[in-house]
Amino acid sequence: MKLELRSVSKTFQTRRGDTHALQDITLDVAAGEFVCLLGPSGCGKSTLLNIVAGLEKPDTGEVRMDARPVTEPGRDRVVIFQEAALFPWLNVRDNVAFGLAAVGVPRSERMAKTDRYLQIVRLGSFKKAFVHELSGGMKQRVALARALALEPEVLLMDEPFAALDAQTRDSLHDELQDIWAQTGKTILFVTHNVREALVLGDRVLLMSARPGHIKREFRCELPRPRHIEDHALVDATLAVLADLREEVLAAAREEVEHERLAA
Amino acid sequence: MSGWRLRLLFLVALLAAWEALFRLRLWPSYVFPSLSSVISSLISGFTDRSYPLALGSFTLTIGSYPSAIGVSLRRILVGYGLSLGIGIPLGLLLGRVKFVQDTLGSIVLGLQALPSICWLPLALLWFGLSEKAIMFVVVMGAVLSVTLSTADGVHNTPPLYLRAARTMGARGLRLYTGVILPAALPAILSGMKLGWSFAWRSLMAGELLYYSLGLGQLLTMGRELNDMSQVIAVMLVIIAIGLLADRAVFAPIERRVRERWGLQPAR
Repeated sequence: MKLELRSVSKTFQTRRGDTHALQDITLDVAAGEFVCLLGPSGCGKSTLLNIVAGLEKPDTGEVRMDARPVTEPGRDRVVIFQEAALFPWLNVRDNVAFGLAAVGVPRSERMAKTDRYLQIVRLGSFKKAFVHELSGGMKQRVALARALALEPEVLLMDEPFAALDAQTRDSLHDELQDIWAQTGKTILFVTHNVREALVLGDRVLLMSARPGHIKREFRCELPRPRHIEDHALVDATLAVLADLREEVLAAAREEVEHERLAA
Repeated sequence: MSGWRLRLLFLVALLAAWEALFRLRLWPSYVFPSLSSVISSLISGFTDRSYPLALGSFTLTIGSYPSAIGVSLRRILVGYGLSLGIGIPLGLLLGRVKFVQDTLGSIVLGLQALPSICWLPLALLWFGLSEKAIMFVVVMGAVLSVTLSTADGVHNTPPLYLRAARTMGARGLRLYTGVILPAALPAILSGMKLGWSFAWRSLMAGELLYYSLGLGQLLTMGRELNDMSQVIAVMLVIIAIGLLADRAVFAPIERRVRERWGLQPAR
């Protein structure tokens, strides 16, 4: 197993008392697998991702990667956030090279890798652009290139496309599936969007809130590349939705309605 | 009518009203000088008005504006440079180290409430009537706002930037120079701008009060000679230098940085 989570629990102390963000989460992710964590906001899915990233520590339980315990952030597991988190003082190329520079990769190798991954996300001609000159979708593609340039084995994606418009998101779904097929990365992808989870994931883990736990698991074996408007996918979405209990349904249905209206 | 035309017209009208008021001869000219005498003070100040002065072993020409401007600018460059050299590192510490914030932070905030010229009596007792005393006042005027703005900028580094940098393997000094410092740069720049104007004011106040050879002393000299047009001419020079630094040095840099950082839409 690439990633193993064993009985991971996390509680946050707030002024209104303790919030059980995560309770007793046990989960395995195989090498090269694309796993989506699906759940309404507040179910602790981002917290779980942060714990895998090493940005937060679990109260109890353990995360192992390649059988070694995770204790701190590491560039074998790079996170892509909802806001691209690019550095505005650097141009596109230097943003992509940031992680490589941080660990002392020599300049020529840095530039070669940067150029290669910018080609992969189809931003080869935007090397000199600054962050404020990019659209939301372009920013996320730069963030993706920046993560890929470090050549991590695991990509941790925290609702990376949630703030984008539907068209941009669809094309990024295609690109991400391509990149995944080419590179064979292990991907853990957090989303609150049922269809997005089914387009991308080999497996979809449905999380439920208070306390955050994994409620169900769906396998999605539809052929790839998948598209959001495929009939089989729409059917699968409805099947998943039908399977959800009310609390999740409320949040998810709103999302689907919103998308159906937008489409 | 576009903005600058309106401003020009207003200025011309104001100057005309000034000259007209002078011609009514309501006050003696050492109280209310004419526009033309101020202009001629300005011109002669920049051309020939200098008195050789023997100061111990060396001589200096005082009274000429260029030499006074030179003296004042040299002082402010040194004093302001010192302020940046002290203020920025101190602000970085204050913004990142909780112990320093808890201890030194409140003192810095408290001292900020003290007008810098209030340090002059202390400075005169410590350093005597010397260059050091003026420098001390200038530094005390500028250093605190540089420190506080830097600390603020560091403190407000978006946590997302830090998290992103950490997942990419950045840590320690690299995190400081690669992320925290550039993220804080807009705040540091506004602190530098504020610090410059505080330094300039403190310097002028300090120079007024003793034999300093700078622009401040030209003001005092004007008063002692009942030469009001000289006083006003020097005031204009002081304003011009202050504005020039703000508009020609700080404003363009600040605008570029704010655009690049996405804090203000590019024009």
